[in-house]
Amino acid sequence: MRVPERTAAVLAWARRNLFSSPLNALLTLLGLWLLWLVVPPLLQWLWLQADFVGSSREDCRGDGACWVFVRVHLDQFLYGFYPPAERWRVNLGIALLLVPALPLLIPPLRRFRRVWLLALLAYPPVAWWLFHGGLGLSVVDTGLWGGLFLTLVIAATGMAAALPLGLLLALGRRSRLPVVRATATVFIEFWRGVPLITVLFMASVMLPLFLPSGLSLDKLLRALIGVALFAGAYMAEVIRGGLQGVPAGQYEAAQALGLSYWQQMRLVIVPQALRMVVPGIVNVFIALFKETSLVLIIGLFDLLGVVQAAVTNPDWLGFVLEGYVFAAAVFWAFCYGMSRISRRLERRPDMKAQEQQEMA
Amino acid sequence: MLQALLLAAVLGAIVWMFGNALDNLARQGIASGFGFWNERAGFAIATSLIEYSETSTYGRAFLVGLLNTLLVSALGVVFATVLGFLIGIARLSPNWLIRQWAAAYIELVRNVPLLLQIFFWYFAVLRPLPQPRHSIELLGLAYLNNRGLYLPKPILEPGFGWLSAALLLGLVGCLLWLRRARREAGSDRGLRYWLIAGLLLLAPAAAVSLAVGLPLGWELPEFRRFNFRGGLVLSPEFVALLTALSTYTAAFIAEIVRAGIQSVSQGQREAAYSLGLSPGQTLRHVVLPQAMRVIVPPLTNQYLNLTKNSSLAAAIAYPDLVSVFAGTVLNQTGQAVEVIGVTMAVYLTISLVIAALMNWYNRRVALVER
Amino acid sequence: MRVRLFALLLLLSCGAVVGLAQAASTLEAVKQRGHLRCGVSQGLPGFSTPDGSGGWTGLDVDFCRAVAAAVLGDADKVRFAALSAKERFTALQSGEVDLLARNTTWTLSRDAELGFHFVGVLFYDGQGFMVPKELGVTSVAELDGATICSNAGTTTELNLADWFRARGMDYQPVVFEKSDEVAAAYDAGRCDAYTTDRASLYAQRNKLKNPDAHVILPELISKEPLGPLVRRGDDQWFSIVKWTLYVLIGAEELGLTSANVEEQRQRSRHPEVQRLLSVNGNSGQGLGLGPDWAYNIIRQVGNYGELYQRNLGRAPLGIERGLNALYTDGGLMYAPPFR
Repeated sequence: MRVPERTAAVLAWARRNLFSSPLNALLTLLGLWLLWLVVPPLLQWLWLQADFVGSSREDCRGDGACWVFVRVHLDQFLYGFYPPAERWRVNLGIALLLVPALPLLIPPLRRFRRVWLLALLAYPPVAWWLFHGGLGLSVVDTGLWGGLFLTLVIAATGMAAALPLGLLLALGRRSRLPVVRATATVFIEFWRGVPLITVLFMASVMLPLFLPSGLSLDKLLRALIGVALFAGAYMAEVIRGGLQGVPAGQYEAAQALGLSYWQQMRLVIVPQALRMVVPGIVNVFIALFKETSLVLIIGLFDLLGVVQAAVTNPDWLGFVLEGYVFAAAVFWAFCYGMSRISRRLERRPDMKAQEQQEMA
Repeated sequence: MLQALLLAAVLGAIVWMFGNALDNLARQGIASGFGFWNERAGFAIATSLIEYSETSTYGRAFLVGLLNTLLVSALGVVFATVLGFLIGIARLSPNWLIRQWAAAYIELVRNVPLLLQIFFWYFAVLRPLPQPRHSIELLGLAYLNNRGLYLPKPILEPGFGWLSAALLLGLVGCLLWLRRARREAGSDRGLRYWLIAGLLLLAPAAAVSLAVGLPLGWELPEFRRFNFRGGLVLSPEFVALLTALSTYTAAFIAEIVRAGIQSVSQGQREAAYSLGLSPGQTLRHVVLPQAMRVIVPPLTNQYLNLTKNSSLAAAIAYPDLVSVFAGTVLNQTGQAVEVIGVTMAVYLTISLVIAALMNWYNRRVALVER
Repeated sequence: MRVRLFALLLLLSCGAVVGLAQAASTLEAVKQRGHLRCGVSQGLPGFSTPDGSGGWTGLDVDFCRAVAAAVLGDADKVRFAALSAKERFTALQSGEVDLLARNTTWTLSRDAELGFHFVGVLFYDGQGFMVPKELGVTSVAELDGATICSNAGTTTELNLADWFRARGMDYQPVVFEKSDEVAAAYDAGRCDAYTTDRASLYAQRNKLKNPDAHVILPELISKEPLGPLVRRGDDQWFSIVKWTLYVLIGAEELGLTSANVEEQRQRSRHPEVQRLLSVNGNSGQGLGLGPDWAYNIIRQVGNYGELYQRNLGRAPLGIERGLNALYTDGGLMYAPPFR
């Protein structure tokens, strides 16, 4: 009895969703045809006819992808030219970030918030010491940093710098003081009006001339500054949207309590504004994460840069597709993951209530 | 007080940096200024919309790069818009399968870096095409190989001016007719209506062609010692960049279009259906015009992004502004400050102009509504 | 109040940075820092190649090491900065590197307008062409209508345009920033010919899928004297780098090698060898260097012939000495007297 019922339901669903009109039926057929065109060859290439084991290009015998290429280069893709003996430092450094970050992200663990926040503030110098060395650790020049590690470093630094910078700029752009407002506006519009690649060029070939001779900044550091300023300007516009969304009554109420400007912002306005624009902030992060790949144009070897170097390696010519598919999969996983998290934050109803409690 | 301090700090920083730069340049006897602008450039550029040779000036090279940037951006905007609207509408199709396809496309393309996609099209799709000798022939007219797509090139012969004038006349006549017909006839848009429109459009041009013969020739690509010569060449760099820019931006436009359409209340749609409009008519005449108000502002941003993203051309050697000017010219002259400064100024200008245009359009759309 | 304090701090830090900027000469700066910063190319076999673990080899690299040996007494005290063609000049102008040894062609405008001093010629090269054998091309003159790959923004690109225009020939340029990208494009058949300095062509040919399927055409269409360069405005540093080059060449003239220099210092009766190696007195005094400067160069790095053989002369590159032989062997390498 159940089976026909279910069949009937399926049929009804199909009629409603796939064959509601002649045009629709045609579209369905088109969709099926596309499916037939794309999926079987893709599966064949990715998996069924692919090679997974081996250590040299001689092991690539099948007609499909040769994942041996990725397997052989995996360490390089992850760490770049970071000395193999020192790679534990990278792993440890990244794992360390989870210590303060997890309790902040997972609600049940959110006690002692202040402690974790302080730990988060202390993280960058510790990470720098671990990654770069000095004080007992051997120095690893930033020129050797690369791969996914470098991508994460650039993205994380950009994000960490963009939030406070963007907040300041957004407040500046809404300030009543004309000089402050003009400065913030010009600054924001300038960075938003030019492509990131020219910013990176500026950081790599022009910035050194603007510093006094004798003072020179590391190439990676210069790129990081460029990325941070760029992301900060975009972040500012997102946060400004949030500031505008806070009802005027809130501003007035805060003022009526006799709070100073900074107190008003810190205690009343900014927390509300930030909460409103969480999805926008995550979108800036996603865009930033993708755009880190541009640093390869100024000669830094991020994940894409390392992959690009590997596919032009004469010993491994002809595995372009494998390399790109791998890089794409990694980037996709990070970006899609972030967008899912943002969607969940958007939906979580308890967030507002809980934060308000904490504030009180 | 705070303002004065900020002003002092900003001005101080600027003065300090420029002081450093001037000091650095002067102490080492580095040339500065725009004296190089009128000097002979001496290098060749692969594709140019205007006359350019090795004897042209750096200024000319700048112009070539700028035009190439504008070309790829303009085409990219057109393709991305068309593709984006199609996918955005498909995203809301009543057909489940089509909806899933659109969603898959958006999620896949949006979450992978554009540079990687450019590399994919250039190195993984267009590089492995056959050598010129083994070109793929299309109808004996066009050829495809790893040096590009070779198409017949239209050659304008004398008398073409008349033909274009006639075409323009036809277009004007056709538009006038459509406008009048719309005002008078309301919903009566039968075959006759379109026939007259078509006739009005083509008749003057046909008359001219009959009178003076078709003043249009075709230059066919022809194989020489190394490769095809003549005809219209689309280089793989151009094709890869254009494809990647269009498909990438289309994914974002699709999401904007979806949000725009969803912003139009369901009641509007039901009202349109109850008036007897078909789904297609409803979309065209009721939903999209209202959705446009929501769509236009973020669409502007996407156009700006596309234009700025076209600078990634530098990675695959399409001779755009960044790769010609901030690349080759910078290398040849060594004047980093001037060259990068000009490049940034150009993008800033383009951004401001597009933003202004779209604001103007936005106001118009809003006015029509109210 | 807090704001004012902050601004004050900002001003002070600016002042501190400015103060720091008035550092002494390049020599002092290098000594203080304890290592030399040397700009090299991002990877060109024979001139500078990273070996994957942070080490570098090549002729340019060895020259940097020689300068470090002369100044700091230790050839290993060098930090290499891999620079693209675009970055190289700014990096030197801004003081990011002390010295640029990045197979850079010595030209009038680079010497005069960019604010540099070329110290001399480390390698005499000329621009050549490589083509696939199957094209059957035997001379550059047959390349009319060809598509040609080259490096963006180099003298190569200019010479190419000049040469073809002078002969009324036509070509399609395809230019990339990095040498590896140019080679990859050529290998994939994106262009019919690949042009760059001839030594680089030999190096790049080995990287192709099938090196034997390509020939390097006999003609050279330009002079490409490649040399190290320094910033203007520090004559002492200029002299040090210049005379490091001459020590390399002079050592070969005098028959001093890394193997025998120790012994020669003890035993040689040759007056010039004695002067160079500071057997009595200090040949480095005028340069502000210690007496062992020349000895350190030769002992730790070798003479020019050794450098050449090690990096370019032997397989896989196997490039003939040609113009780079000593003047006594029909080449152009010649050191002024050490007196």
